[in-house]
Amino acid sequence: MEIGQFLSAMTPLNLGLALFGVIAGTIVGSIPGLTATMALAILVPITFSMEPASALILLGAIYTGAIYGGAYAAILLNTPGTPSAIATTFDGYPMAKRGDGDLAVALACFASVVGGMVGALALLFLAPPLSKVALAFGPIEYFWLSIFGLSLIASLSEGNLAKGLAGGAFGMILSTVGVAEISADIRLTFGSQTLIGGFGVVGALIGLYCIPVLIDLVAVPDRHLKVEGGVRSVRIGEAFGIAMKSKFNLFRSSVIGTLVGILPGAGGSVAGLVAYSEAKRTAKPHQKFGEGEPDGIMATESANNATVGGGFIPTLVLGIPGTPPDAIVLGALLIQGVRTGPAMFTQSGSIVYTFIYGLIIATILMLPAGLLIGRYAYKSIVTIPKAVLVPTVGFMTIIGTFAIRNSISDVVIMICLGIFGWVVARFGFKASPIVLGLILGPIAEQGFVQGWTIGSAINDLPGMFFGRPISQAILAFTLITLILPLVLSRRQRKSAMEAD
Amino acid sequence: MLRRSILKAGAAMALTMTFGTSAQAELNGPVNYVIPFGPGGESDISARLQQPFFKDKFGQDMVVNYQPGGGGAVGWASLNGLNGDGQTIMGINLPHIVIKPAQKEVGFTTDGLNAFYMFHFTPDAIVVPADSAYQTLADLVADAKANPGQVTMSGSGKASANHLAQIKFDKMTGALTTYVPFKGTGASTTALLGNQVKAQWGYTTVGAKQGEAVRMLAVAMEERHPLFPDVPTFKELGYDMVGGAYRGIALPNTASAETTQMWSDMIGEINADPAFRQQMLDGGFALLDVDAAGMADFMAARTVEYLNDAREAGLIE
Repeated sequence: MEIGQFLSAMTPLNLGLALFGVIAGTIVGSIPGLTATMALAILVPITFSMEPASALILLGAIYTGAIYGGAYAAILLNTPGTPSAIATTFDGYPMAKRGDGDLAVALACFASVVGGMVGALALLFLAPPLSKVALAFGPIEYFWLSIFGLSLIASLSEGNLAKGLAGGAFGMILSTVGVAEISADIRLTFGSQTLIGGFGVVGALIGLYCIPVLIDLVAVPDRHLKVEGGVRSVRIGEAFGIAMKSKFNLFRSSVIGTLVGILPGAGGSVAGLVAYSEAKRTAKPHQKFGEGEPDGIMATESANNATVGGGFIPTLVLGIPGTPPDAIVLGALLIQGVRTGPAMFTQSGSIVYTFIYGLIIATILMLPAGLLIGRYAYKSIVTIPKAVLVPTVGFMTIIGTFAIRNSISDVVIMICLGIFGWVVARFGFKASPIVLGLILGPIAEQGFVQGWTIGSAINDLPGMFFGRPISQAILAFTLITLILPLVLSRRQRKSAMEAD
Repeated sequence: MLRRSILKAGAAMALTMTFGTSAQAELNGPVNYVIPFGPGGESDISARLQQPFFKDKFGQDMVVNYQPGGGGAVGWASLNGLNGDGQTIMGINLPHIVIKPAQKEVGFTTDGLNAFYMFHFTPDAIVVPADSAYQTLADLVADAKANPGQVTMSGSGKASANHLAQIKFDKMTGALTTYVPFKGTGASTTALLGNQVKAQWGYTTVGAKQGEAVRMLAVAMEERHPLFPDVPTFKELGYDMVGGAYRGIALPNTASAETTQMWSDMIGEINADPAFRQQMLDGGFALLDVDAAGMADFMAARTVEYLNDAREAGLIE
């Protein structure tokens, strides 16, 4: 942590790479279907000819930019640009609908910078001790974490719990289609070759979120987003004020994001959902989550950007990728001839620290770059006529889905899911529980199977599932999340009755 | 008269042209190298190591892209539908391409894939944390015999190289271990380092990545890996186990014999480059040279072995 490494991160080349990376990442991340993982994979060959530290700075900047860019489509089109931005749609799109899209974009930018900084500072100061978190999480902990994530369905579908649970169950069934990740069984394909690859999360996101928006755009004569008094510039001052008032929310969500990022089996989508769930659980009475609550956006966006720094902790300390994009960074390092793994911090310390400073610089650069690009994205979505917007977005959904693995059947599956999502939405089934089931189902299944196998081997199944301290803590949080709303609403009803 | 001679000349030219292209296959522009898995795994990393050498030697870019899904099945099922002009190649993996089609109809068959080179393998290895009580392979076997089923071992996936190795080893030693499948070698290594399991069926690449944090008890190679001169082979310890996860490359089956031969020669040339060999060894890989001519024999021997092991373990019918 000497000044020398800070200065070597500040060379004009590295600064330029950080700025370029943030901008490129933000743009890629804003397009549904093009994920951070894909952006990195495409750009890895460029880094072969660079110094290892410069290569890492570029990759880190792209990664952090892409996670932020996912918020644009989530806010303005109700479609998460990357899986990390799922929970951003919950409040971002309602805000945009009522004419506060510009405010939402600015809030997302502030929150992303705060989250990114907390994650990067944790990486700088606390990496070795925090890396132990990655190892403390065994199969059972992942199982309970995914159950905790699924409990969010209950709070997402207030007043309609049965439909929410049905959607979640449907999503979990969808996740089992194809070749099972760990058991290698081929399930529920009904003899179809198309279904062997299963339902990918990114394709399902595009279908379930974006297609219904497109159908509604065509079906209703109103403007896409409400605009009051013409297009204003992005409301930076107002957003900053709101962000300052939510300091505690931002900090808590960033810490959650950092910790979840450290867990190799989880990632940005889970981090965003857990932080959202916690923000909602501790909400003040006047806050209406799900109807355009700024704290909802800030919780998700700070948490998902905190996973960038958090994910690099096990990547750099243990040689275990914390998130899928980290796996690409590890591969790039190996090709650079840098020994990864436990020896890296000691043997290649200067590269590591130059990279961490580069990541911090990139995160700071995200503030001006993000606000500028955000303003442009908001203006273009608001001002272009529907007749142009619908085909453009429609075209992008197809390209984005096809790009996942050059597969036309993925596009067909995406469109079918989209139409299905639109139809069931008429009957009160929302997309989010289905997507939650799809993402968390495999994590729950793997954790359960592995936990059961190990528990049986040591002849202690109850101890395996209920006896471990971290599991017990997650289980307690799950129960609180599930039971608290019931207790509160009963108390409210009682006091209302007494008042009568 | 003039017209006729022009025609003749034209015909001759056309003839030499078609003849020329069929006799001498060559590359036209950048090559598409499809990896049927996500980025970051061993298949990706070894392709990335080939990339710069390919550009150096043959002047064309090698573009790596990913087509994950179905444990590789999505990619392999699409391979023979791709253009066989030699501009597109795809990574293949053993035992995957043998076991998958034997389990169920997956859209491709082992024999239907035009495999032209197997260029390396990651040798099976038993890995334990550095602070494990198992100092030697004998310690682990003794514990597994004394406490049947209680020695848990993580590995990547079921019916995979790791799993088949576990089945084979249990059969050889008469011990009974419990295999716990994880999603990929990264996840199975994490479980090992976190002491969720007692040992891991991994590869020499795990030892290369984790260094001091782990200890390998034995590797499934003919001779010791140059990176780990202190780690014995299973053979030295009396168990006839050599193998691991093999990786190679295939062309669509419409590719001509000339194109296939050209590719076999090119990959062989990269494999012979000392700098490439050194990079692969440093990563913990073991090099292998099975070219287009030797492929049929190699695949036949491997297929029989995998199918027998998998059938005995009840993984396939």
